[in-house]
Amino acid sequence: MKDKVIVSPAPHLHDRTSIPNVMWNVVLALTPALIASVYFWGFKSLLLTMLGAVAAVCTEALIQKLRKVPIAVADGSAFLTGMLLAYNIHANAPWWLPVVGSAFAIAVGKQVFGGLGNNPVNPALLGRAFLLASWPTLMTNGWVATKAGSMNGITNLKLIHDNLQSIAPKAYDLVTSATPLKVAQTLRDSSFVNSLTPDPGTNLDLVNRIFIGLTDGSTLQNLFWGNIGGCIGEVSVFALLIGAAWLLWKNIIEWRIPLFYLATVAVLTLLFGGIKGSGVSLSVPVFHLFSGGLMLGAFFMATDYTTTPMTKKGRIIFGIGCGLLTVVIRLVGGYPEGVSYSILFMNVMTPLIDALTVPKAFGKVKK
Amino acid sequence: MRLKSFPGGVHPHDHKHYSAAAKIEELAAPARVVIHLSQHIGSPSTPVVAVGDEVKTGQLIAEASGFVSIPQHATISGKVTRIDRFPHPCGTKQIAIEITSDGKDEWVEITDEPRFLDLPASEMKERVAAAGICGMGGAGFPTVVKLSPPADKPIDTVILNGVECEPYLTSDYRLMLERAEDVITGLKLIMKIVSASKGAIGIEANKPDAIALMEKITAKEQNISVVPLKLRYPQGAEKQLIYAATRRRVPNAGGLPSAVGVVVQNVGTAVAVYEAVRFRKPLVDRIITVTGHIVKTPKNFKARIGTLYSELVEACGGLTEEAGKYISGGPMMGFAIPNLEAPVAKGSSGLVIFDKKEANILEEHPCLHCARCVDVCPLNLMPSLIAAQVKAKNLDMAVRFGLNDCMKCGSCSYVCPAHIRLVQWIDTGKIRWSEAQRTKK
Repeated sequence: MKDKVIVSPAPHLHDRTSIPNVMWNVVLALTPALIASVYFWGFKSLLLTMLGAVAAVCTEALIQKLRKVPIAVADGSAFLTGMLLAYNIHANAPWWLPVVGSAFAIAVGKQVFGGLGNNPVNPALLGRAFLLASWPTLMTNGWVATKAGSMNGITNLKLIHDNLQSIAPKAYDLVTSATPLKVAQTLRDSSFVNSLTPDPGTNLDLVNRIFIGLTDGSTLQNLFWGNIGGCIGEVSVFALLIGAAWLLWKNIIEWRIPLFYLATVAVLTLLFGGIKGSGVSLSVPVFHLFSGGLMLGAFFMATDYTTTPMTKKGRIIFGIGCGLLTVVIRLVGGYPEGVSYSILFMNVMTPLIDALTVPKAFGKVKK
Repeated sequence: MRLKSFPGGVHPHDHKHYSAAAKIEELAAPARVVIHLSQHIGSPSTPVVAVGDEVKTGQLIAEASGFVSIPQHATISGKVTRIDRFPHPCGTKQIAIEITSDGKDEWVEITDEPRFLDLPASEMKERVAAAGICGMGGAGFPTVVKLSPPADKPIDTVILNGVECEPYLTSDYRLMLERAEDVITGLKLIMKIVSASKGAIGIEANKPDAIALMEKITAKEQNISVVPLKLRYPQGAEKQLIYAATRRRVPNAGGLPSAVGVVVQNVGTAVAVYEAVRFRKPLVDRIITVTGHIVKTPKNFKARIGTLYSELVEACGGLTEEAGKYISGGPMMGFAIPNLEAPVAKGSSGLVIFDKKEANILEEHPCLHCARCVDVCPLNLMPSLIAAQVKAKNLDMAVRFGLNDCMKCGSCSYVCPAHIRLVQWIDTGKIRWSEAQRTKK
């Protein structure tokens, strides 16, 4: 018998994971959030997401063709980037916004560096930063309330004041038109607070009432299910947690970064998240965990393989760093939300973190 | 009960069901054997026979060529017909002695020492050395060397390795079930030789009957314990087993188990030690698993060293479809060999045969830096970075990430979603590094 067998080095077994398997599983894990988004805002969400994803895939294919490298869009990584980019845009955005963002994310965020595995920062977040810098009004104005009419989760204005509209119209505008984090940020702005009514005592009282409304149980429930204004993909904490659980269970993401990220945000906002006159309350960290892009960021962006540390210690540092920066931006920075810039900043720090945390080999003794 | 284990590692499907129930079958002495001079770690044995010499089974045919070396014995009776290069179970061709049988299987005299347990340790050690025993779990380190720890490193614990963490293999499992008493006697002898006060036998939880049997036999032994272990690869690696059983960490960079007061021996080696001390029987046979889903009847054989793999497959009734890969050893660390011409060596624990589909090589993709390899590395290294630095010919950086600490267990390659052949790159790096060191001198 003539043997025709394969001779190759060990190991001869593989657990059969692959890059497409990983990427499409993340896409799958992001689907509940998309369903929630369609539920709250209608099919415009789906349309914008698909535009982002398809634009990313086309850009990647085109550049790979120009670079004369194999076209590998079937691996799902470009699709995922486009999807994540669209998730960072609100449902009222013009159709071309995710298209331009995705094209930029893939071209400048990824392919310029040599494609998959070589990008220094998360391409989707870079794309978002590009859009935010280029069309700030389109990105931050025009938020839509959910079909149920909720913008920041405060569904019962009576909770704040029986007659808010007449005594402080500016406060009324705020609680009816701004996203939760925008409300939280504005309440910290003393010039805004002082301009509400002529009486400083009333102003302080009103601000505290709004803050309590913002962190009330009914509001937190709205935040959890997603009945608030926000970006397409970040809206429902519940839907994102389903996806996150799937990825953790499938061993596709690792627990260290999300855990330390969220824990840092929780601790810091518990300590410093209140406003003048409000006491320390556990509902403040819950408010911060549930609002903005934190869940999307912590489980789906800060866990991106290529742009986060490889060492276990490094991942802990990365998570804490993201949490710290997010809270700093939210509480003292100029933007209401800081998730994407925090992750981008920590992405840039990643090579340094890795270099400083190379693990000690098993059995290595200190010299 | 909480099962013991070690940090890192992977959990492949064990595939042991093919051959786990097959009782050890003694294979008749073959018509021809090929006995390699290098079946162990260390310098090759020196032949003491010439072509044309008549030999008996168990007769010395090659002697140890130094301290880290072992003698070889004829495993059948007959005539030395060739001393030449033959296929080796690691896939290369190396010098071996070929013996053609006279059909009689006449043995040298085998004596039974009834009071063998009372022999002085030095005498026991001499008998182990004379029997040509090397580690039978696969690595093949000369046993007598392991039984001679430095005087300043007292040994308090002997651990028998009954882990058999390699998927598919069942030879150690069958041996523990069918020769449990001899395994424990072997352990006692080893404990006596190194004057250790404690003995332990580590077995993974997927072999509950072996754990139960060993616990029964050692129930009255105060100083011998059975350590059930969580199913995890590479638990059978020496450092990992020592950590799992004793929580002691063997130092890296060439550290030996004796540094933490431990000697580890495979269960098969323990039986060989028993036979050598009691009967002065040289190591002429071993248990080997022949398995895979295309093997007609997967079996565990007691086969003479030097029996060709092709004869083992024949004794299993052949294959049910065309083979895609022959693996000498286990599928995680074994060698893929080009054909079945290679013979059974002292460290051959199994022959695993894959079909065409299982043998399929996955295409390499760019590294995503997902760090799965970092998470599973039982030695706490950074496999993907070592491989990347080797590719970039940057050996100093590769060493910094752990090039020389790697034991090539293959956990990293096993989980890599980009299918990067990390172990192959690391091995390349090790070779380049040792070459570079040599030219420096």
